[in-house]
Amino acid sequence: MEASVIKVDQLVEGVLKDDRKAIARLISLIENDSPEGLSAVRLLYPHTGRAYVIGVTGPAGCGKSTLIYRLASELRKKGKTVGVVAIDPTSPFSGGALLGDRIRMQNLSTDEGVYIRSMATRGTLGGLAKATADAVRVLDASGKDVVFVETSGAGQSEVDVIKVAHTILVVMAPGLGDDIQASKAGMMEIGDIFIINKADRENADRAVEEIQGMIELGAQEGRWRPPVVKTTASSGRGVENVIEKIEEHEEYLNRTSAKENLVHRSEIEIAEALRYRLTDRLMAELRKNSNFAKLVKRVAAKKLDPYSAADRLVSEYIRKRGRSRRKP
Amino acid sequence: MSSRAKLRVLVAKPGLDDHDRGAKVIARAFRDAGMEVIYTGLRQTPEQIVNTAVQEDVDAIALSILSGAHMTLFPRIFELMRKEGIGDVLVIGGGIIPDEDVSELKKIGLSGVFGPGTPTSVVVDYVVQHVRRR
Repeated sequence: MEASVIKVDQLVEGVLKDDRKAIARLISLIENDSPEGLSAVRLLYPHTGRAYVIGVTGPAGCGKSTLIYRLASELRKKGKTVGVVAIDPTSPFSGGALLGDRIRMQNLSTDEGVYIRSMATRGTLGGLAKATADAVRVLDASGKDVVFVETSGAGQSEVDVIKVAHTILVVMAPGLGDDIQASKAGMMEIGDIFIINKADRENADRAVEEIQGMIELGAQEGRWRPPVVKTTASSGRGVENVIEKIEEHEEYLNRTSAKENLVHRSEIEIAEALRYRLTDRLMAELRKNSNFAKLVKRVAAKKLDPYSAADRLVSEYIRKRGRSRRKP
Repeated sequence: MSSRAKLRVLVAKPGLDDHDRGAKVIARAFRDAGMEVIYTGLRQTPEQIVNTAVQEDVDAIALSILSGAHMTLFPRIFELMRKEGIGDVLVIGGGIIPDEDVSELKKIGLSGVFGPGTPTSVVVDYVVQHVRRR
């Protein structure tokens, strides 16, 4: 039998030295929700905060991966190191996933300064946001200057996942009714830069106008006004423009309220960690509680309502924790 | 493996042949079997394949070759895998690989070969049974 001994310290050390195997292994442990993975992330946390995180979202088929490939290539020319977390949906039927975003980035596969990792959504919304945030932290701690997070398409889950980013790019293409899709999914609220890709197509200018109109509706004095940029990622046209706008947004963030932003981001991070601790971890522990099965039966027999059942479990949990702490 | 753990498989086509139907069929079969498939498409160099395998922390690599260049490509891939410390990752082959070459390749790291017409369930079962446990 071959046993892999996972030494948390070794992983942490490896990540800090930008060892690709350590990075890869740790991201897998994070995806599998392992306690060693969590320990390693906690140890790496003080080494995070340097990387600039760019979220890339928008409907499927609009060219997100190709655009990231172009942006990453440009950044490489400027001497920056890049990480990419590319997320694709898990099939609800089989539990498997086809992760194909890398195809668009193949020329970067052998670039030592680029780390690309494909992740599947794996079915639990909260779990994905946490796994993505932790994977970004790992790439950050390994020294990447910029980390891209590409989500699998428009939707509420994408909005949660992408909150880890400093700048969010919303990528659309003309003629797919995207203005409506965008407004439905909350994209208009979270987008910092809107990109009309495949701008060589007809109606590109009209798409730009429509999105600009929607931005005007939500515009506020003194706040960042999201620009709309036309690109043709397949040829690279407009990509330098996008980088310019990202840099402008970064300057805006630094200028306006850098400290507030940091505090705000930390709040979001704690809220995420709380949500994970209170729901996922707590649920797992409570299910093991012997009372759980009894309470389930009572609720099924309508002798108890679910809220009372939940309250009892939580009170007992708190009591038990209090008792174990008082032990000498 | 924890309940959330999934098998990750890289499906790649090294070399210059453009016949990717088999690779796509296998990729979908792995996905339907609950695995996470990193599909990298055509014209992969050995360097690209191994780098991808490292970054994606895969449990298995499935290589499809119909160009006849397997005796150059496979050894190079195994060499790079050992250099990168992922020599224990399962490697299987598909496409057109003559029997006499198969036995040579098995000595240096190839685990199994599944030619055209092999039922996908056979390939899936093989991978599930032969990946190294972690």
